[in-house]
Formats: sequence, C-alpha cells, structure tokens
Amino acid sequence: MDTATNRMNERFISIEGIARRYPAPGGGTTTIFEDLWLAVARGEFVCVIGHSGCGKTSVLNILAGLEAPSEGVVVVDGQAIEGPSLDRAVIFQGHALLPWRSVIGNVGYAVSSRWRKASRAEIEERAKRFIDLVGLKGNELKKPAELSGGMRQRVGIARALSIEPKIMLMDEPFSALDALTRGTLQDEVRRICTSTGQTVFMITHDVDEAIYLADKIVLMTNGPQAMIAEVVENPLPKDRARDTIHREGDYYAVRNHLVDFLVARSKTFRDEMPAGYDQRKPPLVRPAGSLPVEPAAPERPVAKTIPFPSVAGGRD
Amino acid sequence: MTKSLGLRAGILSVVLFVVLCAVWQIAVTPSASTGPALDPEYAKLMGISTAGAQSAMPGPLDVAGKLWDNLKRPFYDNGPNDKGLGLQLLYSIGRVAIGYALAVLVAVPIGFLIGMSPLAYRALDPFIQVLKPISPLAWMPLALYTIKDSSLSAIFVIFICSVWPMLINTAFGVGAVRKEWLNVARTLEVGPWRRAFTVILPAAAPTILTGMRISIGIAWLVIVAAEMLVGGTGIGYFVWNEWNNLSISNVIVGILLIGVVGMVLDLILARLQRRVTFPE
Repeated sequence: MDTATNRMNERFISIEGIARRYPAPGGGTTTIFEDLWLAVARGEFVCVIGHSGCGKTSVLNILAGLEAPSEGVVVVDGQAIEGPSLDRAVIFQGHALLPWRSVIGNVGYAVSSRWRKASRAEIEERAKRFIDLVGLKGNELKKPAELSGGMRQRVGIARALSIEPKIMLMDEPFSALDALTRGTLQDEVRRICTSTGQTVFMITHDVDEAIYLADKIVLMTNGPQAMIAEVVENPLPKDRARDTIHREGDYYAVRNHLVDFLVARSKTFRDEMPAGYDQRKPPLVRPAGSLPVEPAAPERPVAKTIPFPSVAGGRD
Repeated sequence: MTKSLGLRAGILSVVLFVVLCAVWQIAVTPSASTGPALDPEYAKLMGISTAGAQSAMPGPLDVAGKLWDNLKRPFYDNGPNDKGLGLQLLYSIGRVAIGYALAVLVAVPIGFLIGMSPLAYRALDPFIQVLKPISPLAWMPLALYTIKDSSLSAIFVIFICSVWPMLINTAFGVGAVRKEWLNVARTLEVGPWRRAFTVILPAAAPTILTGMRISIGIAWLVIVAAEMLVGGTGIGYFVWNEWNNLSISNVIVGILLIGVVGMVLDLILARLQRRVTFPE
C-alpha cells in the first residue's frame, strides 16, 4: 500500500507517449513532438525550457486539457485527463483577466466556479484572502485596466491559487514584465509555492528564472520532432535566495549546462543522441560545481559568455 | 482647458444659431421697394391682399410661435385629423418601441447562436446579406397584405429594419470574443449557460450595443416615412397632414421635433453603450 502511494506521488503527473501533429500546408502532417514521456512528482516545481516551436505550449495546453494530444495520454493523480479541470489552474501568458470585472470580481469568479453553492460573503472572503496573499490589498475594486502589468499578473496568480488546484500550469507567466517586476513576482511565486507544497509545471525562456524557481528543469530539443533531451535536477539548496544564488557552488555549473544546451545541443541532440537514450525515461542529470561538466559534444567549443537573451534573439 | 473649450464651443453654437435665424428671417421678409410681388388678380384668388405681401415661407418667429402653441397643449385630441403634437410623438415612439423591442428579442438570441457556430454563420450569411439592404418600406405592401392592419404593418416595418444591424453585430461580437477569456471559462469548468452570460455576453456587449444604436437610428428614420404612407396617427402622419393643410410652420415644427426625439433616443443608447464598455 505504502509503495503504491509512493509510486503515485512520484508519478503525480505522468505524461505517457503524447504526440502533437498538425496537418502540413502541402498535405501530410507536421509532427511537433511524438512519444513524449515525463513524470512529475507531487509538490515538485518543474520548468520546461526550449526554443520557440518545440511544442512547450502544446504540452502545457494538453496538461490543462485545452488541447487533446494526437496520441498518448496524460494521467494526473491516477486519472487520465479528458478536458479542462478545476484541479489544474492555468496562469496565462497574457494574464487573461476579464476586463469588465474588478480584481475581486475576477478572483471571485474562479472561487464561485469552484464552490458553486458558496454564499456571496464566503466567496468574497476567500477572494480577499488570496488578493492579500499576492500583495494586492487595497486594490480589490480596481479594474484590470487600472493596474500595472505586474499587478495584473498577480491577480492571475491569485485567481489560480484561490481554487486550490492540484497543479499550477504557467505559460511564460512573467515574460511580458520588466526585469524588476519579474524578480519580485518570482520571489512571491517561490514563497507561495514552497510554503504550500504546490506542484507546478512552468514554461519559461529564462534560464535564470528556471534555476531560481525549479526543482527540475526539462530540456526540450528544437521542433519539429522535438523530444525531451534530459531532465536536469537543480543542485542548488532548497532555501536559495535571489541575492545570493550566484554564490552557490553549483550555480555556474547548472547555468552553463542549460545555456550550452540551448545554444548548441538543442539543435544537435537528435543527431548525437547519447548511447542508451530512451525516450520513455529521459536521463536525469545533476550538474555539479567542482567538476567541469561537459555533458555532450565536448569537441564543440561553446561560447559560454553569450547571455541567453541575445542567443534567443539571434536564433529567431 | 477642456472646460474653456466646451464653453467656447457653446458660445459658437449660440452665435451660429442666431446668425442662421437672422438669415432665415431676412430671407422670408418681403422687401418693401420692389412693390407687390404677386399679380393682384392671383393674390385675390388666393385670398390674400397684395399690400404688404407675405412670403408663404414662415420665418423663425412664426415657427417659434407655432412651436409654443403646440407645446402649450401637447395632448389634445379633436378627432382623427387634429391631435396634439405630444400625442402624435407618443404614437410614433410607441410603434418604434414595440417594433424595436421585438427586434431585440429576436436578433440578440439568434445573433448569439450564429456567432457561436461558424456553420450557422456561413449558412445564414447569404440570407442576411440579401435581406439587409432591402429598404424597409419595400416590405410595406407585403406587410399590409398579410397583416391587414396598417398600424401593425408599421410596427412590422420597424421590426424588419432594426433586426439586421443588431443581428449582424451580435453575431460578430459573439464570434470575436477573445479565445483566452473562453479558455479561462473552460479551465474553471464553467457550464455553457453561465459561460454565455458571464463571459460571452459582457465581452460582446459593446458590439451588441453598437448594433442597437445603429438600429434605433434607422428605426426612427423609417417610422416617419412609414407613418406618411400608413396615415392615421404619428409624427410622420402629422407632417404629411400639415403639408396637406399647407401649414409650413407646423411642418417645420414637426421636423424639429423629429430631430430632437431622434437625438434623445441616440443619447439613451449611447449612455447604455458607455455603461457596458470596458477599457482593456
């Protein structure tokens, strides 16, 4: 019994062989990804990084139930996903607040969708609690148009948290924000998620964001025919802080590993697949600080100083 | 700054109004030097004296006088051909209200369905495109023949002319609801009815109200023409009747009031529109 629950907790989210195909313009089909396998444990914070077009957002939409996979299934907490559910809250890239509703109206809408029979007072009380949690006390009656970008995204986070989801799905939630706001929001999300043990599946473009927030970082190769190259276990201690994170021993090891992947290996992985690679069990890698980690293609010189954003820009 | 702009615009409006009235008054005042404008024989036939000949066109003062007469007792009823102006306006507004309300009841739900279903949109589009440009008055004979009641026919014409802008705008507004808002509703497992009323309707409301505003404008244009055709009661009939009476002053009073009521109707809809519009 115990081992069964353990297994269940280890494969809290289990992506089992999903594929996403679109009809290609000239007939036939384009395969964005196929035979994708991944397991996420309960309470884990997982970030997916990869270049545009690798199907990250498709994976997230399939997890949310907004899209159906062309093949395969996703099992969450022992149940196959058949559509959107209140168990899986989505934080959208463009906040997606209802502009005709106030802050409390937006959060309350989610609360009343979860607890259909709750009284108005209960709904408002709960909505207020989550608005407080994301630091928006005093702004309850404002409309989204009166809020800054960061505040709107906070409302989106409050809305997602208020329904007590089993999983939070975030699609580049901070990409539209300025660096300062992004930093404070990352702090908030980390504080809330670590204190509640929330399971999170997040897509990001930002290597530093992934290192700061994630327990595990899933690396996806370029699409079409994208695959999960490996899962990087974040070696940094759980109680890392933003202002000291770059002094952690393994920080540069893991950062370089991720940047190397995005710069070089995301393109070449398919051709230089390591021996024994199994799509069903993507290798778990743990970059360590003391040894210079050179995971693959060591003969390829890689400019480690290129900052990630300029790489992303250059690629597009 | 805006206040002073409003003030200046107001002053300019008043000045323009005064200038317009003055020009009008001068244009209708007979010049003394040119002598009698009419042939005396003809004048006698018409029952007016040639001395101090008066233009048949009333001046602004005459119209103002007539307007005052009419406003003093708006609701008298001396039989079919002599009713107060207020009464006539109420008849017209009543017809518009009934026809328009029916059109809202039909156009908004059907537009909703059309907007939700791309299939229905495509299938019904040719019908709408053909029916929309038909002048509402062209329906009149058909309406009179089938309904056999002139007053109901007028209401039908109002209905048919208000239905299209609302139908098209509702369908468009509903079809254009942002996907991310619908996705929010989907992830919150909101049922179809609740979704229709809490997401789609508020999101499409500004577009729907735009259609309603266009419709009320058309309806008010059409009622005047329809009542001229149908006769009996209403402001359109009043104008036509006063033309038959050769009372140009009353015709002008009627025209002015048609304009004022049309403006008020538009203002009401504009206010409603502002209430449902949301900034993004």
